[in-house]
Formats: sequence, C-alpha cells, structure tokens
Amino acid sequence: MTALTAQVAEPAPPPPPDARAPKRRGVELSLLCGAVLISVLGHLYVGLTTTGHIPRPAAHYAAGLAVAALVAHLAVRLFAPYADPLLLPIAVLLNGLGLVLIQRLDATTPGNVTAGDQLRWSGLGMALFVLAVALLRDHRVLQRYAYLSVAAALGLMLVPVFFPAVNGAHIWIRFAGLSFQPGEFAKILLAVFFAAYLAANRTALALTGRTLFWKLKLLPGRVLGPILAIWLLSVGVLVLERDLGTSLLFFGLFVIMLFTATGRIGWIAIGLLLAAVGAYAVGTFEPHVNSRVDDWMNPFASIERGDGPGQLAQSLFAFGAGGLLGAGLGHGQSFLIGFAAKSDFILATAGEELGLVGLTAILLLYGLLVARGFRAGLALRDPFGRLLATGLASIVALQVFVIAGGVTGLIPLTGMAMPFLAQGGSSVVTNWIIVAVLVRLSDSARRPRPAEEAEA
Amino acid sequence: MIRYIRWCAYFCALLLVALLVNVARVQVWESAGYGANPANKRPAIERYAEPRGEITVDGRPVTGSRDSRQLLRYERTYKNGPLYAPVTGFSSQTYGTSFLERAEDAVLSGTDPGLSAFPLWYELSRGRPGGGDAATTVRANVQLAAYAGLAGKRGAVAAVEPATGRILALVSSPSYDPAVLSGTGARVKEAWERLNADPTKPMLNRALRETYPPGSTFKIVTAAAALDTGVVTDVDAPTQTPDPYPLPGTSTLLPNAGTGCADASMADAIQWSCNTVMAKIGVQVGLRAMTDTARRFGFNDGGLRVPSWVSRSNFDTDMSPDQLALSSIGQFNTRATPLQMAMVAAAVANGGELKAPYLVDRTTQDDGDPVRRTGQRSLGRAMTPVTAMRMQELMVKVVENGTGRNAAIPGAVVGGKTGTAQHGVGNAGTPYAWFISWAGPGGGRPPAVAVAVVVEDASAVRGDISGNGAAAPIARAVMEAALSTP
Repeated sequence: MTALTAQVAEPAPPPPPDARAPKRRGVELSLLCGAVLISVLGHLYVGLTTTGHIPRPAAHYAAGLAVAALVAHLAVRLFAPYADPLLLPIAVLLNGLGLVLIQRLDATTPGNVTAGDQLRWSGLGMALFVLAVALLRDHRVLQRYAYLSVAAALGLMLVPVFFPAVNGAHIWIRFAGLSFQPGEFAKILLAVFFAAYLAANRTALALTGRTLFWKLKLLPGRVLGPILAIWLLSVGVLVLERDLGTSLLFFGLFVIMLFTATGRIGWIAIGLLLAAVGAYAVGTFEPHVNSRVDDWMNPFASIERGDGPGQLAQSLFAFGAGGLLGAGLGHGQSFLIGFAAKSDFILATAGEELGLVGLTAILLLYGLLVARGFRAGLALRDPFGRLLATGLASIVALQVFVIAGGVTGLIPLTGMAMPFLAQGGSSVVTNWIIVAVLVRLSDSARRPRPAEEAEA
Repeated sequence: MIRYIRWCAYFCALLLVALLVNVARVQVWESAGYGANPANKRPAIERYAEPRGEITVDGRPVTGSRDSRQLLRYERTYKNGPLYAPVTGFSSQTYGTSFLERAEDAVLSGTDPGLSAFPLWYELSRGRPGGGDAATTVRANVQLAAYAGLAGKRGAVAAVEPATGRILALVSSPSYDPAVLSGTGARVKEAWERLNADPTKPMLNRALRETYPPGSTFKIVTAAAALDTGVVTDVDAPTQTPDPYPLPGTSTLLPNAGTGCADASMADAIQWSCNTVMAKIGVQVGLRAMTDTARRFGFNDGGLRVPSWVSRSNFDTDMSPDQLALSSIGQFNTRATPLQMAMVAAAVANGGELKAPYLVDRTTQDDGDPVRRTGQRSLGRAMTPVTAMRMQELMVKVVENGTGRNAAIPGAVVGGKTGTAQHGVGNAGTPYAWFISWAGPGGGRPPAVAVAVVVEDASAVRGDISGNGAAAPIARAVMEAALSTP
C-alpha cells in the first residue's frame, strides 16, 4: 500500500438533469407492508409453536406495529419526501424480527418476560424517529452543536461509573426500575462531533504538518490535539467501565472518519498499530478481556476442563444446530446459552432457528442498511453531511461486525447489542435515531436542487 | 472525499463477507462436530422430547413414559419393573440405557431410518418420527412362573422355544425396578449408588451376563460328544470306571456324590449324575472333540446377541487330561450363562439343531407398521439327530426315575439334568444348584420349551443344595406355564 497524496475534496459532479426526481415513497410503503407482515407472521408462528395457540394480543400487536410503521412512513413522506426508501423498511423489519426472537426466548424464561418492554422501547424509538425526522429539517444544523454534543457524550459516558456494575461492566444507569445504557447514545453524539470537527479542519489535517518521512506527515498539534484528547478520554472512560465493545467501536469510528476526512493511509496504519498495541496490552493486563481472548482461541477449553460449555461454546452449538435451514422458530434450544441469550447472543437464536439462510438474510439486511448510509454520504455535497453519513453507516457496520463476529467465534467476544435485534431499550432507541438521521441525510442527498443552489 | 467514502464502504463490505463466510463455516462445516460434542445437550433434549416407544410382552406394553416437565422431558416408566428388568434393562437420562433399551434404542427413541417411509422428509423438516415399539418373544405367564419360583432366592432362569430360539423367559433374582433410574437429579443418583453398592447385585442380569460353573448339567454336552464321536456306541454298556476315579496323570481321586456309579453305563451315569464315568468319557473323547462339541453348543462364542449381548460361556481349549476330566463334568474353568445351558437343553430337544436365541420378535412404527422382523436363525448342528434322540431318552430317564424327579409334569414328556456346581477357592463357596430341562406335550409332537435354572442360594444348608431340590421345581413351574396354552 502506498501512501496517497492528500487531496482537497473534488468538486461534486453536476446533478443529473432530470425534471422530476423520483421520490419512491410508494416503494417504501410496499416494502413496509412486507416488513410488518413478516413480523406479524413471525409473532403468530412463535405463539403457536411455544404455547400451542395464537397469542391473545396478536391483533393489537399487529395493529400497533402497522400503525407505528405507517406513522413513521407518513413522517418520512411529509418531512423527508426524497429519503431513501429502504432505510425505514429495513429498520422496521429488523426491529420486528428482534421482537419475534425475544418473544420466542421469553417462552423459555417464564420468570423474565421482556418482549413487552422491548415493544414499548421500540415504540419510543419509532416516536423519536418521527420527532427527529420532523424537527431536524436540515442536518447541517447539527454542525452548530459539535462541542455541545461532545460534552454531552462524555457526560453520558461518565455517569454510569457512579452506578453499580452489572456483569462486570459499569455501563448502566438505573432509576425508577429502568436501566439505560448512556454509552449507546453517546455514539451518535460522537459521530456528530467528529463529523463537524473534521469537516471544519479537513484542509489543515490533510495538508499541514511536518513531514515525518517520505509522505507521512505529522498533524499539527493544535488540530490533532482536541480530537486525540476526546478520543483518549472516551476510551479511558470505557476501559474504566469495562465496556470493550463500545471502546472498539469508538476507535474504529475515529479511524474511519479521520481517513474519510483526510485520505491519509498513514493514519490508518498508525491507527491500526495503536489498536494492535492497545488490544495486546489490554488483553494481557485486563483479566476480563484476557479470558475473552482465551475463550476465543479455544471456546471448548472449559469443556475439556470439565466445567461444561461456556457461553461462546453454547453459542457455537446453537449456530451449528441451526445448520442450513434452521430448526424453525420455537424449535431451537438456544436458551442453553444462559442469561445473555436475549441480548448479546440474540443472533445465536436467529442462527439456530432460522438457519444459515435466515441468518444470511439478516446480515444482508444490515449490509443493505449500511450501504444505503454510504450511498447517502456519496450523494451529499457538504463535507459535514458526508462525514456524518459515513460515520453513522460505519457505526452500524462495526457494531454488527463486532457482535456477530464475537458470537460466531470470528473475533474475541465483546459485549455489544446487535442493532434492532437485541433486547435493550437504549440500543433500540439509539438505532432508531441513527436511522432518522440517515433518512434526513438521504433526503438532502436525493433532493433535486434549484440551479442557484448548485454551487461548486 | 468521495473516493475515501467508497474505500470505507468496501471495507465494510469486506467485514460483511468475512461474517458471512464464518457463519457458513460454523453452521455448515462445523455443524456436525458441534452436534457430536458431548457437552452439547441438544441431542439429549431432542431424544427425550418425545415419549419413548414401548417394549411389549404378549402385545401389551411393559413400559411407559412420564412427562417430567424437565429439560429432558419424558422419563421412562415400567409396569412390573423388577419382573422384566432383565429383558428391558433401564433407560435413564443420567445413566443411558441397557439391554433391550440399548439394543433397540434406535427404534424406541425414533432415530431408526426404518421408522419413516421417507427418511429425507425428517431430514428436511427437522422432525423426528415417534418412537417405535419392540415386541418381545417373552411370554408373561412363563416369565411370571420363573420370577415367582426364584422369589426370595438368588439365581436366574432362561427359557427358550427349542424349535425357533424364541426366548420365553429371562429372569434374574434379586431384581430391581429400572424406573428408579429414569430421569435426573439426586434421587436417581442415590438409587444408582444404592443398587451398585448392594451386595446381592440386583442390577446384574444373571441370565445373560453371569457365568456359573455348570456342574453336572454339562454332562449332557460330554455325553453328546461321546455319542457323536463314537467313543460310546451303546449307552447301556458298562464303562469300566473305577469309583473314585483317579484323575489321569495325578494322584487326585474324583469322588461321586451318590452311590452305584462304579462301572456304570453312560445312561446310568446321566440318570444318577456320576462324576467318575462322565469325567472318564470326557478324557476318552479327547480335547479336540470336546472343545469342538462345546463350541457347537455355543460355548466360547463372545458374539452372541439376542439382541442384548450375552457373556461368553467358557470351555478351555488347552488342558491337560486331568483338567479335561474336570471340565467335562462342568468344573475347572468351564463356565456357562443360564441362557447357554438353556440352549444346551434346547439343542437336545430340537433334534440336535441349535437355534439362535432371540428376544425381539419384531419392531414396529408407532402406528403398527412393521420396521423389522427377527427371522429364526440356525447356529448349526450341535449333534447328529440320532445322538439327539438318544440324549432325549437319557434326559427323560433323569426326570422319570433319576435325580430330577421333581421336574416331572403329568401328561407331558419332560427331560432334564440336575447339576450341583462346586465353586470358590478350594470349592469353599456354597455350591450352585442347576437344573436344565425341556418339555413337550408328547405324542410325537416336538418339545415346546427348554429351561435352565440356576439357584445360588447362599442361605440354604449345604446338604439341601441339589439341582433336584432347589432348581427342578422352578423349572417344572416354568415348563408348565409354557405348555399351558397361552
């Protein structure tokens, strides 16, 4: 890999001269119908297989989901008519599938029924989606709040340190019986900050600084300093809180956005090097992480020791049991994974009951969501919007990779919620807001511009 | 910037591809290995998710299933558990299976490919056909007679139908209820430990898995060998045997339990169970011919399956003449399972042809459609038909007017042979009482049943131990039950 010469952002291509840009709202509506239908059928099917009869509130459930989807659709139709038609249906479908999987797992844990909570959180998430789409009329407004959002993000991440740890991680705030993971929401705020800051200092980042050797240039301290400080702070907080998944996510987000802004391969190399060193250090000194790495290297070690299978082994067993076509909803035994079956390991239930076929479909849905985010980024014309779209798409992509890779034994397991699928209110709400911002961004990207607005 | 966004998108696509490839690896390539991992509970959960198929006696199930509402859901129940334990064995979530529960496990648990007309259908639908049933050859009244006869004693009974090899009864006493091993938890563990620690070994299937010195009952094999080889041509001719008989090459004298054995004929020797005569005849027949005959009767065969496996009955193949003499009267290293001695009686009753004993008549799907039928199988000729006829006569004499009078059944033709087997260091153990016999309705019709009874009755007085006193009445009850029309 050769280092690339730094480049100033190239002028956007002229817009295609078509009179009426397609809005594609009809496509969105029909896709939404499909998404709602699949979710409702899944709901009925799980009810039939686990209890033997159609769940009593099925009609309410179906109506609720349909109405929520319709309201969200109308919001998009009214406030973001040019938005990408795939974003909302994918989010609804993933959320619906998540509810189905949680409902299915509830059948195995009668003492801990959580589908209702998840449904309420999803409702809240969709309400916030509608609000965000309605209130945020132009994404560039967010630029003004860069420093506010970074302060808020750090605050959110610091708060849980003062709350008791759950499963070894200080990432929850508990009050009034509800638990909330502020770190989830901090992701968006950080992405906003990075996008705004990098968009403002892009040129300086790309062109200034002393040459270290050949083409690798150091960044001027005054530009790089704040970023590095913020990043180090956030990572430090995470190490304190033992939430390595999110730490990894922030790190990846930082590197990706820096690269997108500056195009310097050198940064990527340094970033990866730092990551490797950091990962090695943490993996060596932090027992919590160390055991995760050991588990990944040999998931069946605990069996050989005679302690029975660990979580990861149980997860792999679940995936293996699913095979190509899956055992069918309600016919798997993924509850064997234990307490995290509904949260971190929700994908194992999908793998076991829907099989490789269903799991591939789910992963491709995520891929499509991410691709649509990048697409919006490519079509936007302002650097902030581009960076924000790239950042949000990367958040989803990295999250899916880290947790899906973790539960399938591809990479060491780090606790993280599968977007939309996993049980966890904060995660669902956060992801709905990400989708809302992506809808807004894609609307701006696809909106036909009056000629005078098309500046070079 | 456009270019860099594209690069990031490609990077994310790469991550997605890595995920998809890895998921395919886990769910397709590694799937079988994960499924076979002993720590994976899924096979067990699936196995016990449906009621197990039944084992039937006379067409009526002697087993059942109970919904425990646990992870391993259906637990095995037994109607009359102790009575049929040697037949059924146990099926335990904790300790696996034994005997028929093990041998026919594929059918009973529903994994046998023969249970479905379209095996692929179950592969695709991930379902499992209901467990099939195994119909045994056991007859309840014969089994009950044997069980009642052994009540309170230690021992075993094996009864077979000579013409077919169908096992009519298989009883081991004392017995246990296999139901106490069904399921999981402390209760089952405790029962298992208790049964295994019990000095009377209730879980030992004495009829199939315990070998005893057969004692005088083995003289039937020795006599058949003598007739087949021509060492004895006239069963009523005196054999010029001294009483006691000095074992060849040693100064040890072999005594008789009774009197009148000096110079007795082979017929008398069988009738009155003379050790001296039969030991001498065994030596005369010679090692090769004796081991040959013993092998044809089923000795030294470790591969017998009924379909549960049966312990190997032993007749040494490398012995000095004095050891051969002792082996020929069922002592020294000669050991036999009760089923083996029932086969000896059955071979005589069936005109010399030995049928392979079997316990499962047929297996069926849960709706009654046949899966497999067990056909009769011949294990070859144990002796010539002529020899078999002579042996029948000799054995009938034992019951009519010999050591086995307690086995006589009015209106039936009964042949038998008693045995009292010394065992233990220096023969210090309480001898085992043996009786092997066969019975038929007479009138030229073939014998309907062959029985072997062994009683290892440690509580009895030593003098009372004799095949006739302890074992023959049990054999008679079993034969009567078998002769009575079911």
